[in-house]
Amino acid sequence: MDVLSYFNYWVVVVLMMLGFFIVIARANLVKKLIGLNIFQTSVFILYISTGKVAGGAAPILTEGVTLYSNPLPHVLILTAIVVGIATTSVGLALVIRIHAAYGSVNQNDILQQDQQC
Amino acid sequence: MLSQLALLPVLLPLIGAPACAVLRRPTAAWAFASTVAVLAFVAAAALLQATARQGVIHYAFGGWAAPWGIEYRIDLLNAFVLLLVSGIAAVVLVASRASVWHDIAENRRTLFYVACLLCLAGWLGIAATGDAFNLFVFLEISSLATYALVACGRDRQALVAAFNYLVMGTIGATFILIGIGFIYMLTGTLNMADLAQRLPGLGESRTVFAAYAFIVVGVCLKLALFPLHLWLPGAYTQAPAIVTAYVAATATKVALYVLIRFSFSVFHLESSRLALSLEAVFISLGVVAVFAGSLVAVFASNLKRALAWSSIAQIGYMAVGVGIGTVAGVQASLIHLFNHALMKGALFLALAAIAMRVGGNELQALRGIGRRMPLTSAAIVVAGISLIGVPGTAGFISKWYLVTAALAREQWLLALLIVAGSLLTAVYIWRFVETAWLDQNPAQPATPPQEAPPLLLAGTLLLALANIYFGLDTRLPVGTAAGAAAGLLGDSAAGLLGHPPAPLPGAGAP
Repeated sequence: MDVLSYFNYWVVVVLMMLGFFIVIARANLVKKLIGLNIFQTSVFILYISTGKVAGGAAPILTEGVTLYSNPLPHVLILTAIVVGIATTSVGLALVIRIHAAYGSVNQNDILQQDQQC
Repeated sequence: MLSQLALLPVLLPLIGAPACAVLRRPTAAWAFASTVAVLAFVAAAALLQATARQGVIHYAFGGWAAPWGIEYRIDLLNAFVLLLVSGIAAVVLVASRASVWHDIAENRRTLFYVACLLCLAGWLGIAATGDAFNLFVFLEISSLATYALVACGRDRQALVAAFNYLVMGTIGATFILIGIGFIYMLTGTLNMADLAQRLPGLGESRTVFAAYAFIVVGVCLKLALFPLHLWLPGAYTQAPAIVTAYVAATATKVALYVLIRFSFSVFHLESSRLALSLEAVFISLGVVAVFAGSLVAVFASNLKRALAWSSIAQIGYMAVGVGIGTVAGVQASLIHLFNHALMKGALFLALAAIAMRVGGNELQALRGIGRRMPLTSAAIVVAGISLIGVPGTAGFISKWYLVTAALAREQWLLALLIVAGSLLTAVYIWRFVETAWLDQNPAQPATPPQEAPPLLLAGTLLLALANIYFGLDTRLPVGTAAGAAAGLLGDSAAGLLGHPPAPLPGAGAP
């Protein structure tokens, strides 16, 4: 078994863990959102990688080509990317409001301020 | 004609949301959103009747037949969840006006109702669709709208609660996406009915288990099953009063539906090796949730927070029903899904009315509220005793079926724990009764009665009376849940690909 042939999947695993770690370990809310984005992107790569058929051409009807890659995962991920963008924008909007209300985007600061009052 | 009916409950709020955004006046937006919700409810009721009469209804989008196209597939379970969610949404939205006017700034009210409709479209879409990826998209539509709604809370802590909810909800959704990706890689299909036929043929593949594990963790995050409940108390406590009633009675119910759908109809857990560990996980987590949630609720100083923790406990009961894994267990879980929505709908609507009059839900501030707002307080007590599970209320029915299902599996300890959990519920409901009637508020010795605004009061009383009605006339929830549970477990027990019909212990229990 060739380890390199699973290159995409190794990248997916590494990115997924990185993103997940950032979401959990960072106190900065913006960094949390960045981590969340990396986490989601790794899943997008996973889907896109599965669409590749060994030896398959790009899924555009052409004369003389019989084997195509599977376009469906790409279409699905197009939708998931839109969902991801919507999530990020709602998250960033919340961060702006939090910054206006607390004067900080650090989770520990915010927690401290909430406990004081 | 009938197949178009399957589309209607989702289509109405989905088209209604952008249409609502055009309306200038908030009153018009409120009237429009309420009308849409009521129409969706009527469509869902017609749909439930149709499915009860003639079985599954299909609608293929764009004429592309399943499994290639996306289809809506409405069986008894789908119709049951559609009816419940649209019904609660209709009552809450009609009753919402006074409380929304109190909580939300004037320039945001129209958009508030747009978000409510988007939320409703998402929930109903989840309950109607027969396509796994479509389900993910609807899940995110409803979740995004919910984050925005929670952030509308009066306190700045609402923003933090909404952000935490967003982070955890998105992690949950991404987990579900990974799981769906795995099963798509294995089978090449996303249609749930098609998946149900293909997955058993793969045998005990590790990828199937991994896919199921990802989906379960993701859905349990959305469901707020202990210990993945961390977003729930903050979000429910800080959200505007009406949003709590709207979300608490519906969002977790839809998540439970997804869990049941994937566990029993897509993955056929009852006939796989995983069934045993599933049973252990759901039953133990459910029981811990019941006690942890109830104990925190007993000591909470804010009634809204106490009821949020109580929701975690009640989700525990539903998880126990799923964990028992027999027809009777799933039926009990579905009945509790229905009844709990009625209880929490009534309770949180009553709290919305109290928050308007008193300015908060701190127990301290509620002293003597029983005399100031007699009808609202009475509604809290009625829904409260239903939450405890006193005979004659809806809560009793669900606890009864749950205990019977546990006893049919000869799990005596579990049955005992279910009953013991109810006693804890009695403690925090009693704390309210004590504060409301027995404590006098020294600051205001004699305030004249000042009831909630009429529509809000009517909605609260309607849901509270529904708790009693469905405790006496149980045909709708029990009958439908029985049919739905039998449909879920019966199909797979009959063996789609040559599985022997597994004997289901306890299937004969009432």
